[in-house]
Amino acid sequence: MTQWLQYLGRTALGFLERLGRAHILLLRMLLGLPSLLPRFRLVIVQMRSVGVLSLVIIVVSGVFVGMVLGLQGYNTLVDFGSEQSLGVVVALTLVRELGPVVAALLFAGRAGSALTAEIGLMKATEQLSGMEMMAVDPLRRVLAPRLLAGFFSMPLLAAIFTAVGVLGGYFVGVGLLGVDSGAFWSQMQAKVDWYEDVLNGVIKSLVFGFVASWIAVFEGYDADPTSEGVSRATTRTVVHTSLAVLGLDFVLTALMFGDL
Amino acid sequence: MTAPNNDEGDPLVRIRGLRFLRGSRVIFGGVDIDIPRGKVTAIMGPSGTGKTTLLRLIGGQLRPAAGSILVDGQDVPSLSRDGLYALRKRVGMLFQSGALLTDLSVFENVAFPLREHTRLPESMIRDLVLMKLQAVGLRGARDLMPSQLSGGMARRVAIARAIALDPMMIMYDEPFTGQDPISMGVVVQLIRLLNDALGLTSIIVSHDVHEVSAIADCIYVLSEGRVVEHGTPEELRHSQSEWVRQFMQGLPDGPVPFHYPACDYGEDLLAGA
Repeated sequence: MTQWLQYLGRTALGFLERLGRAHILLLRMLLGLPSLLPRFRLVIVQMRSVGVLSLVIIVVSGVFVGMVLGLQGYNTLVDFGSEQSLGVVVALTLVRELGPVVAALLFAGRAGSALTAEIGLMKATEQLSGMEMMAVDPLRRVLAPRLLAGFFSMPLLAAIFTAVGVLGGYFVGVGLLGVDSGAFWSQMQAKVDWYEDVLNGVIKSLVFGFVASWIAVFEGYDADPTSEGVSRATTRTVVHTSLAVLGLDFVLTALMFGDL
Repeated sequence: MTAPNNDEGDPLVRIRGLRFLRGSRVIFGGVDIDIPRGKVTAIMGPSGTGKTTLLRLIGGQLRPAAGSILVDGQDVPSLSRDGLYALRKRVGMLFQSGALLTDLSVFENVAFPLREHTRLPESMIRDLVLMKLQAVGLRGARDLMPSQLSGGMARRVAIARAIALDPMMIMYDEPFTGQDPISMGVVVQLIRLLNDALGLTSIIVSHDVHEVSAIADCIYVLSEGRVVEHGTPEELRHSQSEWVRQFMQGLPDGPVPFHYPACDYGEDLLAGA
């Protein structure tokens, strides 16, 4: 029993300590942001590796998720004779939920893990220490640009995911199952609200992008500088980001759409 | 221990009463070291005596539990972050692995400190980088990536990067480990040549007795958190201390026993029967 309590206490303390370190790191990165502004090129370069290189997986997944939505939505709606509303179903699901959430989960697996591994290996090979000794703060030179790049890339990736998903739904619904094309688009236009739906989706993806990049750079920076430590950190990035995104999604949905 | 005396006047680095703990383990228990200006000083000692830790303490990456570390008159542990960064611009450090930035070419690695800390025009950066690379004999390798370099070349690029900002001092962490004889000879030569040609002060952390003896003006031997002895290589070779002689001559047995402490060999074998 006491052993169990000890274990519980140790785990809780360890968790709080890491949480504290993550916040201190975040604070130090944010304080370094002003010095990053004149060198915004560093962020652009990272947006390429974080954002552009994630495009393939985002586009392919978006098409398939949209096609499945089109198929499932049609099968349900057709029973009630309201398959004309398929466009609304597909668009709302993607804009409000699946776009930001699935894009963030894919982002964690594709870009977040890569960020963690890169920073962890830079630590293990003394590149970060080397920078410090050259009077270059790795937080400002290496971590902050990656954090910002993730923050800016995520909404763009979610938007692309959503747009491609709608096209996938259109292809299945209109192309294969015979829903009227005009109804598909006009109902979508009428029912999807700019502020209520699109803007809330964008806010979600900004939050997810921020959290996913924060977790990724923190895990990399906090990794044990060994190959085992980097591999553990990479796994933690994917697991923690996924949990954080799904948990935050509920909180944000409740705040935005729910009357809980 | 009495403070080391040297007749060179004001030393560049003056360490007094340095204490450093890692957990409950004492790494340094009151160490006094003087690094004279313009000289090559070596810090030697068995593995795990905290030689690399000493460099990190001088560079301000670690903070001591007690004692002072004066570098060019400034007390490193009490410096602010800005003060520390200003000091580091004047101190080059060569890490054991070279610590080159793997996503940048050789040229960009050497240009890195210049781009970060100066606002020189591109043409001047190019000239400076080529001069530094020429000094280490790798001007022709400027377009290679760090992954394409041999261990010895990577270390020479790291040396070129360390001298990019024309520092007053360079610290070398195990510069000779894992090198073939030729590249080892090159690095040994370079350290001495650069020190004298650029008017640097060099600190070498190493346990390669022969290489260090060939170029060091002064050697400190550390063991178990203390300075065991210091002097010129010649003085240490004829040291009164049996331990220092064992270390300098690389004898397998002596005051430092060959065997890890264990119970009686015969009894141990019979215990399993």
